[in-house]
Amino acid sequence: MLESILNIAFLAQSLRISIPYALPALGATFSERGGVVNIALEGILLISAFATTVGVFYTESVLVGILCGISAGILTALFHSIVSVTFKADQIVSGIGINLFALGITKFFCQLIFNSSSNSARIVGLEQWTFLPALPILGNPFLFCTLFLLLISHFTLFRTRFGLRLRAVGEHPEAADTLGISVDKMRHIGVLLSGAFTGLAGAWLALDQHSFTDGMAAGRGFIALAAMIIGKWTPIGAVAASLLFGFAESLSLVLQEQSNVAQLIQMIPYLLTMIILCGFIGRATAPAADGIPYEKESA
Amino acid sequence: MRLFTLLLTITLILFLVGCARKADQQEQPTKMKVGLVFDVGGRGDKSFNDAAYRGLEKAKKELGMDFEYIEPGPGADREAALRQLANHKDIALIFGIGFIFTDDITTIAREFPSKKFACVDYTYDSTRPLPPNLVALLFREEEGSFLVGTLAALLTKTNVIGFIGGMQSPLIKKFEAGYIAGARYANPKCEVLVGYAGTTGEAFKNPGKGKELALGQYTRGADIIYHASGVTGLGVFEAARELKKLAIGVDSDQYHEAPGNILTSMTKIVDTAVFQSIKAAKESTFVGGRAMIFDLKSNGVDYVYDQNNKSLIPDDVHTKVEETRRKIVSGEITVPYQ
Repeated sequence: MLESILNIAFLAQSLRISIPYALPALGATFSERGGVVNIALEGILLISAFATTVGVFYTESVLVGILCGISAGILTALFHSIVSVTFKADQIVSGIGINLFALGITKFFCQLIFNSSSNSARIVGLEQWTFLPALPILGNPFLFCTLFLLLISHFTLFRTRFGLRLRAVGEHPEAADTLGISVDKMRHIGVLLSGAFTGLAGAWLALDQHSFTDGMAAGRGFIALAAMIIGKWTPIGAVAASLLFGFAESLSLVLQEQSNVAQLIQMIPYLLTMIILCGFIGRATAPAADGIPYEKESA
Repeated sequence: MRLFTLLLTITLILFLVGCARKADQQEQPTKMKVGLVFDVGGRGDKSFNDAAYRGLEKAKKELGMDFEYIEPGPGADREAALRQLANHKDIALIFGIGFIFTDDITTIAREFPSKKFACVDYTYDSTRPLPPNLVALLFREEEGSFLVGTLAALLTKTNVIGFIGGMQSPLIKKFEAGYIAGARYANPKCEVLVGYAGTTGEAFKNPGKGKELALGQYTRGADIIYHASGVTGLGVFEAARELKKLAIGVDSDQYHEAPGNILTSMTKIVDTAVFQSIKAAKESTFVGGRAMIFDLKSNGVDYVYDQNNKSLIPDDVHTKVEETRRKIVSGEITVPYQ
């Protein structure tokens, strides 16, 4: 049983499964650090996966597909930020709205373009990088991309003026406002960044699978949100928690043949999320103003 | 006030649209139509559902029968979809595609005794009588699976082959049981890895998971994987392409999904079953309350051997598989189904 886990193929699989959790989780740290809860990740993931499929389908170019995915992610996130930042609406309601909207609109256009509301045609996928023949599993460009974005995110959030301002806006918007920081602008940027990251994850989903299937996000957006919470609203923590989810899922795939505890193992990360939320394994404290629309006091 | 005006406007528009449609329908001459509700994977699965769709298209071309279909989304209400079609006054015959329809179509068939119903892969239970207006279209999947199992076990170089199922269910178990029995029959040393994508209907439409399951089995030594998992199987083919291994398709001839990597496909003539039911309904020879069984003997299930995949199957192996077919048909081999 051990030997089926301790090998490179298993490690590669865990990493692969983690990608669509890690990228949205990274994005969500920006959104939430700025004070906007983004449960629209699920819908953004779905829309960007669809946009990628359509982009690749018409141009046969993976790069165009990825760009389509990221743009679609940003556009959908823009919708969320206009509703929740500009118009101060309830962020949870807006997020749920986008998730439901995403399910419908992708099916609608799928029917229009591919003549089936469930499945798209096959698209070309990503070529493996082959300059590291010794480690074929690491020939996945998205893996490097995720690692790179992790470092950038950590640096940006904790070592730059932009990061400080974003965090200030999420912790104490009144104070930030008095110091002349535009709260709305910072929050918009935070949400749009989460859209871009999630868009990239959507592109990966479509390219890895070589097609679009309705509802293919399959709850990944929510898991990413949970990963970000386990990671205590930090990029490194979010990615580490995503790896945990990926590892557990991979484990349940492998162990399925050998025992009947596979489902039990798959449950562990979710159980862990709840335990962490209860405050048993360290405290997970959200930014103080997370989820609260900021209204300027009228003079 | 503004909200009220808006609501009023919407209601008015809906009313007008409703009227317009009604008038439209009255002008058309009444013509017998067929309704069909697809299984989880939906159209474009290149397998089970597309086979049913081919049956519809054939009926339209050869019998001039128009059709309407519904693709239920994730968690959608199949019973409501069936009822919607049954309520349509032109639709005389309604299909449910997949075992998931078993309970719903039984209920609806009782509710609409004047309409005819047919269900592919109906979970047939001899202790529960079928409604007189419902026909169950059943296949001996285990027999076809036995043959592809034999084929895979004769061709494997590693003595490890794989099976990937969609939803864990008695239906998919038939494929697995037949496949494993076939493999053991031809090559007792052959090991069969088994994986399932899940325990709900959604397991039939998860190519991402199919790919990961297949990559896992291939890296653990399997060189041929047979899938019975609907759209999920398209992920199995992607894994086969990536690692340059072989896969076996299901329900339709799936050669074109990964040319060169599809050893063969276990075909199920869902298209013919659908077409024959429509033809019977049109010629008023439709007899409900019974199960129609399509087996290896009647070519209801089979495996593909044509110019596309001939090069992948040596002649002596083909001869052995054909011999096995004769033994199954004559009853010399009994194929297990669970």
